[in-house]
Amino acid sequence: MIQVENLTKHYGGICAVDRIHLIARQGEILGLLGPNGAGKTTTLRMLTGFLKPTAGSIRIKDYRIEDHPLKIKAILGYLPESAPLYHDMLVFDYLQYVAGIRGVDPARRLERIRELGELCGINEVMHQTISELSKGYKQRVGLAHAMMADPEVLVLDEPTSGLDPNQIVEIREIIKRIGREKTVIFSTHILSEAEATCDRVAIIHRGKIVADSRTSELKERLGGRNHIRITLDQAEPAAVERDLGTVAGVARLKVLEQDGPLVRIGIDCTPAPDPRPELYRRIKQTNWVLLDFHQEARTLEAVFRELTKEA
Amino acid sequence: MRQALLICRKEFHAYFLSPIAYIVIAVFLLVTGWFFFSTFFLLNQASLRSFFMMLPVVFAFVVPALTMRLLAEEFNIGSYETLLTLPVGFADVILGKFLACVAFIAAMLVPTLAYPITVSMLGTLDWGPVAGGYIGALLLGAAFSAVGLFASSLTRNQIIAFIVGMAICFGLTLINQMLFFLPRALLHFFSALAAEVHFRNIAKGIIDTRDLVYFASVIFIGLYATNLVLKSRY
Repeated sequence: MIQVENLTKHYGGICAVDRIHLIARQGEILGLLGPNGAGKTTTLRMLTGFLKPTAGSIRIKDYRIEDHPLKIKAILGYLPESAPLYHDMLVFDYLQYVAGIRGVDPARRLERIRELGELCGINEVMHQTISELSKGYKQRVGLAHAMMADPEVLVLDEPTSGLDPNQIVEIREIIKRIGREKTVIFSTHILSEAEATCDRVAIIHRGKIVADSRTSELKERLGGRNHIRITLDQAEPAAVERDLGTVAGVARLKVLEQDGPLVRIGIDCTPAPDPRPELYRRIKQTNWVLLDFHQEARTLEAVFRELTKEA
Repeated sequence: MRQALLICRKEFHAYFLSPIAYIVIAVFLLVTGWFFFSTFFLLNQASLRSFFMMLPVVFAFVVPALTMRLLAEEFNIGSYETLLTLPVGFADVILGKFLACVAFIAAMLVPTLAYPITVSMLGTLDWGPVAGGYIGALLLGAAFSAVGLFASSLTRNQIIAFIVGMAICFGLTLINQMLFFLPRALLHFFSALAAEVHFRNIAKGIIDTRDLVYFASVIFIGLYATNLVLKSRY
């Protein structure tokens, strides 16, 4: 359980994180979503005790970070952005070092490293130096490092950056599996990722939280409505508006473009009923030629664009 | 403390993972060996005096080369973030890295034991000053390590860390030879700051509390200043 209140960070005169509130419960995956430079990394660095907040409080389980930094670090696993690890160490040596510092029982150490090797798919690179690894493997070693002591809270900063699509799917699966029992916070600027992985999404923009709710709610609240696009030939804009605007389920009809006899319209739909069958029937009764008729589901992407649009 | 020892062990191994260790040890042995034996037969004395006398200047070069990467490299590649988010405190990090460097200096001095052994075969060697010299060398190395670690905490550039560390170590070594620039009233104070004077006393085989306190103070100030720098980064 992570509880963040009024968290603020100033760098010199710049306010990187501005009075944000966050809550992540146990068994929940919280996605911190935002464009580059929104303050995601700064927020995570404060959560992990690497940076000192200018103001505000961070509480992880029952500990306040300013009172018990070591206790928090002991129950928290962190993968910093782009997994900065010691270049000239062997993967195995590095994991063993981390196991030592994390206080993993010496008798179980080898077994734990093997487990993590299996989970993160790094068994075949155990005896290579870290500098020789590709970005994807480095990221996985970083993930193994973060999960070493089976932490109760896992904080991951852009865990899938630099991975190929197969690896991304694997890492997401790992995150989901962990997220069933533990608290996971991860940051990303890839929307489909947050959509696919997180239980809850907090969208952060210019240091402020602009939205924070369950992934499904967020999609519904801001983008659940579908959008239909129709292109007609041999049509009159006024007639189109008159004929199709009254169909049940059409919230708003707009002529987007007229190019000679060609008319393109956009329709915002109400959640129910589905206006498509009736729209089709009405078009069929006229002489218009239907060139295109398709529905766009508004995704988190659209929501995101809307929320982070430059004011 | 357990964490500090783990960090120390890791850092000590890290010296031998990169070519730094081998280069530094080779250069150190070459320089000291050359200067020692080039005058040894001319002086015709069974003593290691000339070897120990050049150690402060050699260390002022060599030790910053050993400490320069300790923190600067961590800042540069970003592993400092992974390190500090492990359950370790600033003191663990600083002590671990400092002890690793001191252990490395001790390892570097081991091959030079060949000198007293050779000399003792050629003539009668007084082992008292030799023991004192090695104790002094370790203290001097530790003091310079603390200074070098501080220099390394200031920057993410290893070359800057090396030059700053070397400048301070050189200042401490040579200050007693620059005293003619200074007003008479300050003479005593500045000559007491000179590492070479304190080292020479111990290398004579006389272990005086004043000299021990001097080295302990330099070590403490160096490590404490490092601690302040790291905290200001937090």
